[in-house]
Amino acid sequence: MHTVLTRFQLSENVTKLGVLAPRIATIRQPGQFVIVRLREDSERIPLTIADADPLGGTISLVIQSVGKSTNELVALQPGECIRDVAGPLGHPTELISSGHALCIGGGVGTAVVHPIAQGLHRRGARVTSIIGGRTMSAVIYEWELRRYGPVVPCTDDGSYGRKGFVTDAAREILAAEKIDIVYAVGPVPMMRSIANLTREFNIRTIVSLNPIMVDGTGMCGGCRVSIGHENKFACVDGPEFDGHKVDFDELADRLASYRDFEKHATHCAREHCDRQPPKS
Amino acid sequence: MADKLTTKQRLAIERQQMPEQVAFARATNFTEVNLGFTEQLALLEAERCLQCKDPKCVRGCPVGVNIPQFLGLLASGKIAEAAQSLLCDNALPSVTGRVCPQETQCESECVRTAKGTSVGIGHLERYVADWAQRHGELPAKAPATGKRVAIVGSGPAGLTAAGELARLGHEVTLYEALHKPGGVLVYGIPEFRLPKQIVAQEVDRLVAAGVKIECNVIIGRTYTLGELQAAFDAVFIANGAGLPVFMDIPGENFKGVYSANEYLTRINLMAAYQFPKSDTPVLRGRRVAVVGGGNVAMDSVRTAKRIGAEHAMIVYRRTREELPARAEEAHHAEEEGVEFHYLTAPLEVIGDAERWVSGLRCVRMKLGAPDASGRARPEAIPGSEFVIACDVVVVAIGTRANPLLTATCPDLKLNARGNILVDEIGMTSLPGVFAGGDIVRGAATVILAMGDGKRAALAINGYLQKHLPAPRPNAAQLDPQLSRSAS
Repeated sequence: MHTVLTRFQLSENVTKLGVLAPRIATIRQPGQFVIVRLREDSERIPLTIADADPLGGTISLVIQSVGKSTNELVALQPGECIRDVAGPLGHPTELISSGHALCIGGGVGTAVVHPIAQGLHRRGARVTSIIGGRTMSAVIYEWELRRYGPVVPCTDDGSYGRKGFVTDAAREILAAEKIDIVYAVGPVPMMRSIANLTREFNIRTIVSLNPIMVDGTGMCGGCRVSIGHENKFACVDGPEFDGHKVDFDELADRLASYRDFEKHATHCAREHCDRQPPKS
Repeated sequence: MADKLTTKQRLAIERQQMPEQVAFARATNFTEVNLGFTEQLALLEAERCLQCKDPKCVRGCPVGVNIPQFLGLLASGKIAEAAQSLLCDNALPSVTGRVCPQETQCESECVRTAKGTSVGIGHLERYVADWAQRHGELPAKAPATGKRVAIVGSGPAGLTAAGELARLGHEVTLYEALHKPGGVLVYGIPEFRLPKQIVAQEVDRLVAAGVKIECNVIIGRTYTLGELQAAFDAVFIANGAGLPVFMDIPGENFKGVYSANEYLTRINLMAAYQFPKSDTPVLRGRRVAVVGGGNVAMDSVRTAKRIGAEHAMIVYRRTREELPARAEEAHHAEEEGVEFHYLTAPLEVIGDAERWVSGLRCVRMKLGAPDASGRARPEAIPGSEFVIACDVVVVAIGTRANPLLTATCPDLKLNARGNILVDEIGMTSLPGVFAGGDIVRGAATVILAMGDGKRAALAINGYLQKHLPAPRPNAAQLDPQLSRSAS
């Protein structure tokens, strides 16, 4: 059992939980994720570790509510427990220690960019971040990222920062400055646009993929993604890959495998809201 | 049975049939197919054992169970003694009594096979083991040695080694990557063949014998092998051959194509068959094609039938004669209405406009000259291509070594396929680190993995006595993982 110690609502449907997991908090590295399972009947869900406090023994998990399982996770209050937290899984991010890195986060993906920017900064690389959201309240992690370098916030509706997509801001920065590497995490269409853009500029681009996963240890193969026409498992070979080689269309398509199921489960949960998460 | 029977009388008893659920009923439920012997059937069947002076059956058993001894005790009604005898030889008898291919092991060596049918050793093992479960029988235990052994993976090899080592008085900690112990016994083998409660009871018995189990710990990630070596006197790696192999044909990433591992894990470990009561979904499909002919393929196709497939199909490139699956499994599948496409090899998964699986383009095969394995090599018949309509495809053509642990220990010697190399006693290139099961052999059976676990446990015991005569007073301790202590 892993107790939730803190809970912050970052935006309308994005919540940050501080979860007690001392071992993982001590050894996790940027880019790594955990698999969590809330209750006995719950799904196993992969979540990237957004931050960790090794002294306090907690990890930060940033969760966007998109279905029954994530709704239940974000509803957790301090003092309540997550049954299973396994990790840290996946390869750590390939970090540069000199030069200029551009970190681009879209929506909840900004929380995944955070540990990467943190790691780059600790190694001495120069970091510029571009973060985007639909509207002002959906822009997250801006002040945390500002510790590591300048941040360009963007909103689709222009309510905060630049109006427009992160790609537009990225194009300007790439044209104006020498960027050695780009890290991009966000919705599939955003990562695809960034990869197409950086291909023009011939800049190495790392993306973090979030395919459907069951065990997270290489056993099920459900998270297979095509990287340069080769099948790779995001859990053991990734989750980060060369953005110029990823088949984003296939990734987006496979992510839709259970969309109707998720709707169905959400519906059933509303019909029978008698089950409560375990208390500590 | 009060009086001892003569050999002639024993020979006159016919083999007792295992009671089973009728096919049409069981094809729609997950309750166990075999119902188990009654006491009467068990005692009668046990009387069929001729108590050979030179019991060949024991040589056919990968864990060397003293079969005539426990059968003799059972036949004379001393069931507690029979259970004790069995438990000392086999750490998981309720499991092996259900999933072992006895017909190619102990039972094939039985002298009665020559003139009729062998003694039903597997069914009797199951009977005695289940009796032991019900009566809380624990194997006798040696005094504590103070030596600490870490085991990586709680599948059949790991559980067996844990049981043996605990019985020999060592302090055992078992690390499991998933949230539940049992490995392939819980994620792979379906409920109707091996009820999960049976596995849980076997695990509970190990815990009662003093084995510590830590779930959600991935060795190679949560802790390194080096950390285990520092904190324990010996390590046994039994993390299995986890990585599924795909066919490498077009369309394999369409929605609706599963590895057998994923399909079975969703349904067994995550209980997707109870969706939406459990949260993990599985695409059910009206027409499910399972590619492969082994036990995993049979488990997958029979599962598909049970979760409602109107057509559950096996696609296999050789014939029924060459099926690698146990005869009983193939037979049960046939009874349950599974359709078999023999001499058929997939060429391509066909998808609809939205990339959902809609069919499997195949080619007919014929058997040619025997290949290196001695089995006839299947050859494609030109121009014989056809399509099997289906909406779910399950690929059950094998697994290979999972690099998750081995990639983090460059000193651990591997073969070209990524399997760990061990010497004749099961020790790896690192002193005090042993390995066994599928991570050494490549995909094999539960009982072979258990045999490795048992041999490794004895070798570890020998190693500890020889190299570490006294417990290390200041061995490092792992930091608490805190997976369960927080509550």
